[in-house]
Amino acid sequence: MLIMRRQPAQLTKLMSTQAATTHAPAHADAHDGHHGHAGFWTTYVFSTDHKVIGIQYGITALLFLFFGFCLMMMMRWSIAYPGKPIPIVGPLLEKVLGDVAAKGVMGPDLYNSFGAMHGTIMVFLGVVPLAFAAFGNFVVPLQIGAPDMAFPRINMASYQAYVVGGLIMLISFFIPGGAAQAGWTSYSPLATTITTNGQTFWVIGMVFLITSSLLGAVNFLATIIQLRAPGMTWMRLPFFVWAQFVTGFLLLLAFPPLEAAALMQLMDKVAGTSFFLPTGLAVVGRHISGGGSPLLWQHLFWFLGHPEVYVLILPAMGIVCEIIANNTRKPIWGYKSLVYSALTIGFLSFIVWAHHMYMTGMGTKISTFFQTTTMIISIPSVIILTCLFLSLWGGSIRFNTPMLFSLAFLPMFGIGGLTGLPLGFNFSDLHLHDTYYVIAHFHYVVAPGTIFGLFAGIYYWYPKMTGRYMSEFWGKVHFTGSFIFMNAIFQPMFAQGMAGMLRRMADGGANYAAASVPGAIGGLSHTIMYFNQTISIAAWCLGLAQIPFIINFFWSIKHGKKIESDNPWHATTLEWQTPTPPPHGNFTKTPVVHRGPYEYSVPGRDKDYTPQNEDDAVPAKPARA
Amino acid sequence: MEIPYTTEPREDTGLFNAKVGIWLFLASEVMLFGALFSSYILLRVGAEPGAWPHGLLNIPLGMTNTIVLIVSSITVVMAWASLKMKDFAKFKMFQSITLLCAMIFVGIKSYEYHDKFTHYEFQVKNGAVLEVHDENGGHHELQLKTDSVLDGHLLETTEDGYVVHGHVIDPQAQAAVTHAWQAREIKEDHITVKKSDVTYKENYGPWHNTYMAIYFTLTGLHALHVIGGALVIGFLWGPGAGMWKTDPERYTNRIEISGLFWHFVDLVWIFLFPVLYLL
Amino acid sequence: MSDKHDAQGAHGTHDAHDAHDFKQHVRRYLFVFYALIVGTVITVAASWAHIDSVALTVAIALFIACIKGFLVAGYFMHLMSERKMIYGILLATAFFFAGLMYLTIWSMQPTSLVHMNQ
Repeated sequence: MLIMRRQPAQLTKLMSTQAATTHAPAHADAHDGHHGHAGFWTTYVFSTDHKVIGIQYGITALLFLFFGFCLMMMMRWSIAYPGKPIPIVGPLLEKVLGDVAAKGVMGPDLYNSFGAMHGTIMVFLGVVPLAFAAFGNFVVPLQIGAPDMAFPRINMASYQAYVVGGLIMLISFFIPGGAAQAGWTSYSPLATTITTNGQTFWVIGMVFLITSSLLGAVNFLATIIQLRAPGMTWMRLPFFVWAQFVTGFLLLLAFPPLEAAALMQLMDKVAGTSFFLPTGLAVVGRHISGGGSPLLWQHLFWFLGHPEVYVLILPAMGIVCEIIANNTRKPIWGYKSLVYSALTIGFLSFIVWAHHMYMTGMGTKISTFFQTTTMIISIPSVIILTCLFLSLWGGSIRFNTPMLFSLAFLPMFGIGGLTGLPLGFNFSDLHLHDTYYVIAHFHYVVAPGTIFGLFAGIYYWYPKMTGRYMSEFWGKVHFTGSFIFMNAIFQPMFAQGMAGMLRRMADGGANYAAASVPGAIGGLSHTIMYFNQTISIAAWCLGLAQIPFIINFFWSIKHGKKIESDNPWHATTLEWQTPTPPPHGNFTKTPVVHRGPYEYSVPGRDKDYTPQNEDDAVPAKPARA
Repeated sequence: MEIPYTTEPREDTGLFNAKVGIWLFLASEVMLFGALFSSYILLRVGAEPGAWPHGLLNIPLGMTNTIVLIVSSITVVMAWASLKMKDFAKFKMFQSITLLCAMIFVGIKSYEYHDKFTHYEFQVKNGAVLEVHDENGGHHELQLKTDSVLDGHLLETTEDGYVVHGHVIDPQAQAAVTHAWQAREIKEDHITVKKSDVTYKENYGPWHNTYMAIYFTLTGLHALHVIGGALVIGFLWGPGAGMWKTDPERYTNRIEISGLFWHFVDLVWIFLFPVLYLL
Repeated sequence: MSDKHDAQGAHGTHDAHDAHDFKQHVRRYLFVFYALIVGTVITVAASWAHIDSVALTVAIALFIACIKGFLVAGYFMHLMSERKMIYGILLATAFFFAGLMYLTIWSMQPTSLVHMNQ
């Protein structure tokens, strides 16, 4: 007996085998009567339902990603054609921001603030909220068979803190002096002594964002520990949940030192302290008490900064794993290896951070320590990638859009990871630190890496959220364009970096190109400088390639092809065993899990997938830790 | 829609949700205060020998605050134990002492902060004549032979001078204070200095030196946690006490959780006090 | 409901609903309280002693603080009778905190090639 409170048109015969998840009408009606009077604000704005909050995070994060992308597109103009007014957007910039964009030309100060904010927004306002909070919130409670997060009101509060932090960051563009300019890393003494208030806004915004992440992490961890459905043992969890679990621990333990550091930097700026300002520093118009250390800021920042990059990649690995299992119709190869690797990455990520600081004059013993741990941490990353690659072998691969993005993720993350190795050794980092090589490396991991994973997740779970598929054709167009142009942007940057082109140069290195004459050593060659233009054009084309995605995303809500069942991808994990979209409370009757997460193509069964909660007279395993 | 394990514990973990939540949160707080403590160690180890100040903080007041927090720690656990034994009146009594202790702590801390804001360092130029009234009632004039520092509490600002309870530091003559007990043995007198002889004055706020900076940051953040914890305990004691009638187990759990947070705040102070006041 | 109570008792958690058991607990809390006060007094008294070695002073102060901290965490926060899950979380935290402190300080020591004013 089935009841769908919102979409009666979606009763299918498949659902009849999953009667455990829906229940008698009287029960559902009682729920309806209780919740029926929730108004617009409670349902869509001040909701404590994890699915609504997940979508709120998702939409907000996508908007921020778009904004950060636009910042980059403007920066790329300055790099390719320094000193020339930006077409179309230039006059608008001048009107909105004033002198820093005089005559529509991006001045160096504006370039610096766009650069700092591009990094901050993409990392803290875009990727982490989308990967961890949005997908995590929507999918994790469903995948573990829980009715909601352990602390729904704290969930709402963490979203609100995120919005406040984001608004503070956005507002900082419009205050006198503009937004923060000292890089997303906000190094002292520059960040402290810079006279504009944008940097202060940055610090305050970060405090709100860190608070949001901390509350979210507590919620996720408590939910995964406590609210797994009966039979959902730790080793039956989908890898996506494991990835979110480790990510939660990274956020929980790595963010607070940055919060302490942000507090100290704020004190330096407004209370005249000198935590990060060394003795002997002369700053116009301020007494500096001295005795501080700029290195202290770097250590505290990178103590978060390194785990942060694993926060960026782990959820995407989780998503890709789900999609690969689903679209190869076979179990993932090496589930245990994946789990232990994820745990090892989480643990090791706390003791590698100073590989971002090889150039700060640390002794050889300590740099050897960090080089060693950095090399060791590459092992579990490779194991994860290998397991995912091996999972393809012998599979019946369905090349739908989520799978295309997931397949592309593998080599892209491979390139990103491998190019990290020369950065992990201090002798090679000597040459490559702070060059475009670093930019290429981390963008490969995050852009065609994580973001491809996130795109895959959007295409994959969109049907569960809306009841409709996104257009496959335009999805493939989006994929093709993104794949080609991502590589066109970042591949040449490796060459630029190895040639010595430094980061954060508003003129794209034009000053250094001037020294280039035939036979001279040093200076950036014509080819390297020419890449600036090809890269910029590729970046604008990448922007164009996102237009089909944006249109597809909104158009498909009302006009996409309707799903034929609640489990359109024929997947095994629990989120597909609910109505579409899942009602408040997710499962009217708590599911009981009988098997692992990737039981595809099990011999002797009638379907090529067996949902985790399918009960065919196999006695349920009692829930154990 | 009921979230399971809100009150009754889950079998395999043996915990209810909020307890897992608060311990996770406390783990993050350990990292937060830990980062500040690490910064303290780094700044102190990196300071020149003799440059790290001692004796700037009032130890009896600090010790009182320590005892106040310890008392509040036991009353908060006794309050929870009373609820477990279903004695609501005892719970109210113990928790009100906890809140009182919190208020005393914040009060003493505010006084200490005020004390530091009235503690000044005056740079006095060579040749200045200071009037010194020592503690025995004796009165003499002191003429400075070199640029010196007058360090003490500003008691009074007259039209042309400052009356300070403190001592004069001759940068060349006196050896730097390297141990806490040395600082305690310095004599303090009433000293009057003319405004015209003072080239620079600054009070002992967070801007004064790195030690004051880390002191204010650590104790300020700690005090915010005391206030936050007190607000939660106060809410549960007052407006939120209605839940005792409707869902006593859940209410008792809330008291336990707020108690755990309170104990953590006490734990931080147990380390803060010797590190900042005594070492 | 009663099954749940029995299950709890069988697991031996500190959630005893027995008033007599609680008298034991209260006695323990009082003992910890006295120990904390004594520890505080000793720490302050020790700071009056003329100890020349900074390292020794620090060691004594931190040693007493650790004992007091252990008492608060162990008894007031019930850690002595708490579950493995909590221990696990705290152990990981302690390890990372130690790492943060130790590695940061180690990396900021001057190298043998660079002579600072020390």
